Amino acid sequence: MSTMDTLTLPPPAVDSYLDHDNTLWAWLTTHDHKRIAILYTIGITFFFVLGGIAAAMIRLDLLEPSGLLDPETYNKSFTFHGVVMVWFFLIPSIPATLGNFLLPLMIGARDMAFPRINLASWYLYMIGGLFTAAALVWGGVDTGWTFYTPYSTMFSNTNVYLVIVGVFVTGFSTIFTGINFLVTTHSLRTPGMTWFRLPLFVWAMYAVSLVMVLATPVLAMTLALIGLERGMGVGVFDPALGGDPLLFQHLFWFYSHPAVYIMILPAMGLVSEVISCFARRRIFGYKFMTWSMLAIAVIGFMVWGHHMFVAGMSVYAGMVFSLLSFIVAVPSAIKVFNWTSTLHKGDISFESPMLYVLGFVGLFTMGGLTGLMLAAPALDVPLTDTYFVIAHFHYVMVGGSVMAYMGGIHFWWPKVTGRLYPEGPAKFSAILMFVGFNLTFFPQYILGYDGMPRRYHSYAPQFQTLNVLSSAGASILALSYLLPLLYLVWSLRYGHKAGNNPWQARGLEWQTTSPPPENNFRHPPVVRNAYAYDEPAP
Amino acid sequence: MNTRTLEPQHFKSPAGEVEKQFDNPLQQRDTATIGMWVFMATEIMFFGVLFAAYLILRSLHPAGFAEASRDTDLLLGSIETAVLLVSSITIMIGIRAVRLEQRRIGVAFLGLTVLLGCGFLLIHGLEYRADYFKHLIPGIDYHQSGPYWKVKELFYCMYYFITGFHSLHLFIGICVNAGMTIRVARGSYGEHDYTALELAGLYWHLVDMVWIFVFPLLYLIGRSG
Repeated sequence: MSTMDTLTLPPPAVDSYLDHDNTLWAWLTTHDHKRIAILYTIGITFFFVLGGIAAAMIRLDLLEPSGLLDPETYNKSFTFHGVVMVWFFLIPSIPATLGNFLLPLMIGARDMAFPRINLASWYLYMIGGLFTAAALVWGGVDTGWTFYTPYSTMFSNTNVYLVIVGVFVTGFSTIFTGINFLVTTHSLRTPGMTWFRLPLFVWAMYAVSLVMVLATPVLAMTLALIGLERGMGVGVFDPALGGDPLLFQHLFWFYSHPAVYIMILPAMGLVSEVISCFARRRIFGYKFMTWSMLAIAVIGFMVWGHHMFVAGMSVYAGMVFSLLSFIVAVPSAIKVFNWTSTLHKGDISFESPMLYVLGFVGLFTMGGLTGLMLAAPALDVPLTDTYFVIAHFHYVMVGGSVMAYMGGIHFWWPKVTGRLYPEGPAKFSAILMFVGFNLTFFPQYILGYDGMPRRYHSYAPQFQTLNVLSSAGASILALSYLLPLLYLVWSLRYGHKAGNNPWQARGLEWQTTSPPPENNFRHPPVVRNAYAYDEPAP
Repeated sequence: MNTRTLEPQHFKSPAGEVEKQFDNPLQQRDTATIGMWVFMATEIMFFGVLFAAYLILRSLHPAGFAEASRDTDLLLGSIETAVLLVSSITIMIGIRAVRLEQRRIGVAFLGLTVLLGCGFLLIHGLEYRADYFKHLIPGIDYHQSGPYWKVKELFYCMYYFITGFHSLHLFIGICVNAGMTIRVARGSYGEHDYTALELAGLYWHLVDMVWIFVFPLLYLIGRSG
């Protein structure tokens, strides 16, 4: 059995990307996509902690119906939570870390097409993050992450400028990442790596890059218009000056709905890799998977109006947006069916990455189905701005994207670091995360359906039991995020050597050494098939 | 598009070393070109937001916007359009000359392109100056009367944002092309290597194309009404 061979072979005498030049300066000026991925991982972990602290403040406040924090602090907490989690964690999370590390490895390239732009992207991300963090230090911002006008332009006395500058700058880091991924996938594939042999993770990066490149500029210009309106009285969104306040919502959601797909598409690709590996089966319906990801990327641009059913848009526009929103659910459903079909009759084993990823499939399905409820105007009108919406998008983004991200970190940890993490604690925290997540957010579906509005620091007393339950779940969830931080860092020093392919996976990235050498492969690999789990390991 | 060969080849092209992620100069050039096209797609989305906002506001206030449109300087606007269109031809001739190793013609036409770009900015500056004396600049000096004075302010907000953003792009294009002209004069580009030059040319054409949309939207629509 080849498993034993791989594990017992002496490590080949190749220097890895971690072996040389470990000064701070060398890391900060690196052009190596693998090192930039690590810089990004450190950055987004920092912002995840910041956003998590803000979430803890929200859940703390909602323990009591009268609210434990004062309203100002509460407003600033949920705004900061939203801004940081959306732009400084979820959007860069899988693409900028795992995507950056894996995309060249998966297609057999030596680096990204534009290594300097890749590094610049990280610096822009950090500079944007500093602006946003500075806004927090100077007293925070209270507009909500959506910056709705006219509040953000005329009334809010908080640091709107700093935050929109931060998000604006970070937008360029997203664009740079997207350009790099698209071009790298086009130009740097190794011989035999045809388009339909690309791993689905690479297809996901490709689809998400299309969205990044085409949607992010819209956000940047919209924020620029907000800044001008606030500073110079340019009245594009101000009805008193002849502007159109709805226009802001159209432009904002024209970016921000595709942004939801920026968050979920990478997770979909990642999940396909992990499921296929631990079910020991070729991915079911490969071409359907690729086309459905591209379909999501394209149709995702045409559904933004479903955020605005109650905003004063025409009923006919609402009907069209509703129909399109139902249509975009079709490719998502195809993906869920194909994951389950891949599992069917598979030789399934439940390693920790698989636990995370199975959690993803269930929670994403739940989030997607409640999304369909919200896409129907008749249901959306009473549910708008209630906790039902909060629960829906947290099922997709936290239950979906974050679970998948954690699964991916575990799956590729041996490749990135060359070490194995302890499996017991990893399985434990995967299950803890699933339990904590459901305990936090399932009560919010009920709260929302019963009519508890979002973004208020106090609530009616009959909602207290479910809110306490939700806050208790949040503390379990927090623990399940802290645990991996501990044992993963521990494994860097004390973990067992991983070997090149501990999961017996078939992707190209597993054919090189762990950690990979600076140029990724000693010999340029040649590809003959994809997901060949029905053949012996190479 | 996959120009990769089986064996890693470490070319030394006359233009310098091929970067390590590429197998040969051709692949490096193709890659840079695709990158530029993707970047230009993002640029179109940047301007697209402004055009969309402008058109929606215009459809809300057709009469006021038409009146404001008539205040723009049609003569200067037309001259600017002509200058930019000519500059697109000169840059094309310049790049072609460099590719044919006719360095002096290349420098002359690229330099002319830079001058035409500066000319555009100068003429546009004259327009801005005239607006200033007519109290037409929102946020700095805006005093108008008549039934549409407020809507016209909105028009001029968009006018300054769109033309300003376009001029910023043109300014970047001028700086890039000035640098290119100097490097061509020094012999850095030629038959062996003209990728960067061609990319600068693509960018220049894009900025011109944007103006082809700006000019009718801001200056021409509703002018005769």
